[in-house]
Amino acid sequence: MHIPDGFLNAPTWAGMMAASVVALQLSARKSRGQLQAQEVPVLGMIGAFIFAAQMVNFPVALGTSGHLLGGALAVALVGPWNATLVLAAVLAIQALVFQDGGLLAFGANVFNMAVLAPWVAYLCLRYLPGGQRWPAWSVFWASFISVMAAAIMAALQLAFSGTASLSKLLPAMLIWHVLIGVGEGIITASVLGFLQRSGRWAGLRERSI
Amino acid sequence: MSASKKRLRYTGLWVALLIAVVLAPLASSLPDGLERVAEDHGFANSAMSWWEGIFPDYAVTLISLPAVSTALAGVIGTILVFALLIVLGRLLAGGKQAASLPKQP
Repeated sequence: MHIPDGFLNAPTWAGMMAASVVALQLSARKSRGQLQAQEVPVLGMIGAFIFAAQMVNFPVALGTSGHLLGGALAVALVGPWNATLVLAAVLAIQALVFQDGGLLAFGANVFNMAVLAPWVAYLCLRYLPGGQRWPAWSVFWASFISVMAAAIMAALQLAFSGTASLSKLLPAMLIWHVLIGVGEGIITASVLGFLQRSGRWAGLRERSI
Repeated sequence: MSASKKRLRYTGLWVALLIAVVLAPLASSLPDGLERVAEDHGFANSAMSWWEGIFPDYAVTLISLPAVSTALAGVIGTILVFALLIVLGRLLAGGKQAASLPKQP
């Protein structure tokens, strides 16, 4: 879902860049108040894992592929403020080193995948019912919905930029990302389930923000 | 406790590197969701780039074998993300908790 340059018009990328700068500053400020030195390698490790996992495109259907976004995974492990920083670091390396995602579109990509996706996942994990009784189910839905949210936002940005009409973009983005979101849910629930069984993840509540 | 945490940190990094080396070269090269929508709705060609990056499209061009090239790009990117977050995290964590900070090797 990395938007390249050329898709977004100037008001859209500039506006999203401004929104993302504000979100990153706020996240850094919140994180500064809470992050402990011992947790720093955990941030690096989760970023490294998400970067590597994002390289692994899996085919979904009819000549289309998708990959993990990692918003829900990051938020479950380090809370929303740190998750935004981790995912923004992944996106920065992808755009600067690997030409994945435009530089002007960086703000839009950060907003969709590093701000919106983890926050939506966070709210789902916290407030969707059943999280205590069926953690894997709750993680699946939080992951799925976070991908939907990012896809809807990308469709809005593309429509606002005049690439195509929203009535065409929205269903098109949603159809593919329903399938990608299922993949996101399965991967995230599997990874968190493994970490939980091996005693390395104690659930969102103990580890939130 | 810090020993088990330490194991968690570095296990995660090794897992990430393993994914980059083993799974990334097997990744599907089909267009992703957004690329597919751009193709179907006729704006894929408006994509442009004015900065090539260093390893565009996750390929180290010095290496002609695609699987090795992708794996190497994956390893480089994984380490860069890890390093960037260590630097950023240290800046944010600052001198706090310095007393209980475990010695880094």
